[in-house]
Amino acid sequence: MEKKRINFKFILEIFFSFFKISPLSFGGGFAMIPIMEEEVVHKKKWVKKEQIVDIFAIIQSLPGAIAVNAASLVGYQVAGIVGAIAAFLGVILPTFAIMVIFGAMLITYQHNFYVQAALQGIRPVVVAMIASAAFKMSKVSLIDKTCLAITALSIVTLLYHKSLIFVVIVSGAILGIVLVNIRIKLNRPVSLVKASERK
Amino acid sequence: MSMFESVFVAFSKLWIVIFGGGYAMLPLLQTEMKTHGWLSTSQLTDSIAVSAMAPGPIATNTAAIVGFKIDGIWGALIASIALTLPSLLVILLVGKVLGKLQEHRNFKAAFYGLRPAIIGVIIFAAINFAVSNHIIGGRNILDIKSAILMIVAFVILIRTKLHPVYLIIAAALIGILLSVI
Repeated sequence: MEKKRINFKFILEIFFSFFKISPLSFGGGFAMIPIMEEEVVHKKKWVKKEQIVDIFAIIQSLPGAIAVNAASLVGYQVAGIVGAIAAFLGVILPTFAIMVIFGAMLITYQHNFYVQAALQGIRPVVVAMIASAAFKMSKVSLIDKTCLAITALSIVTLLYHKSLIFVVIVSGAILGIVLVNIRIKLNRPVSLVKASERK
Repeated sequence: MSMFESVFVAFSKLWIVIFGGGYAMLPLLQTEMKTHGWLSTSQLTDSIAVSAMAPGPIATNTAAIVGFKIDGIWGALIASIALTLPSLLVILLVGKVLGKLQEHRNFKAAFYGLRPAIIGVIIFAAINFAVSNHIIGGRNILDIKSAILMIVAFVILIRTKLHPVYLIIAAALIGILLSVI
């Protein structure tokens, strides 16, 4: 892949690439990943297939919205700091505009009888969506009984006191490091993938 | 603190707890809404529904719409910047070493414990939203109609690949139907 010359036109192209794909992804940031791959790997040929796999692996281990992280890192790898900023703005601006319009509509109509009734029906579905996100994550990330115990412990801690969320997250990470290292010392290393997924 | 400052601080805290999708930030978001008296939980739930129906990440969508409800277009702008700017800054500052860091043994090990903790946070969010919206633990202990809707939606979401937008539309129609009969 030849190095593209980074000029204003190229930066604008990056901006519009992300500007265009961002409003096409329904169903959260994960939905944007395949669309982004299609755009930057196959259509624009800015990054190679192996590169994008690495990028997606890296951004999943960073906090923040996945789509925003992915766009910024792709922009950064393609055209440095300015590229990152262009991709970042491109990915957030369209959905921001859409949400402002939706927000204004919600405020205008929220006291309408039918809107109230509709929202009454929608709220349980929102709870189901949250629960299903946890369920889907647990299928890949709850590798063994220790993981299950950490999940149970987090729930109990949060039920006891909601404000302990940072404590829960930080101790989860520390526990991970401690447990994995103890198991290595004991010569019983933890497999970091689920038994069913081992090749 | 001015309104802008409190919105900025509240939403930049959220960034740190977003792992594996936007839902992990919900318990903290709910706490922030309560402490500042910005949005009730049912208003927050409605905002999340709209965020899930719209294109784009749930986290940034929720920040924009909640920010808008707090303080109009400026609230939306400040909340969105606070939630997304840390991502850009981290990539600009450590973008070059991220690949190496990710290969580090202890970095991987941290996620062995972090992911289950995040799952706990999301399950807690679901329980909490079910209670705050009076689906469970309300006056009648269990709001039967809502509970049925919730369980049916959950089963459809984990068993099929149906897009949540259709579920939300169907639930809206059911809600309207139940209110007129």
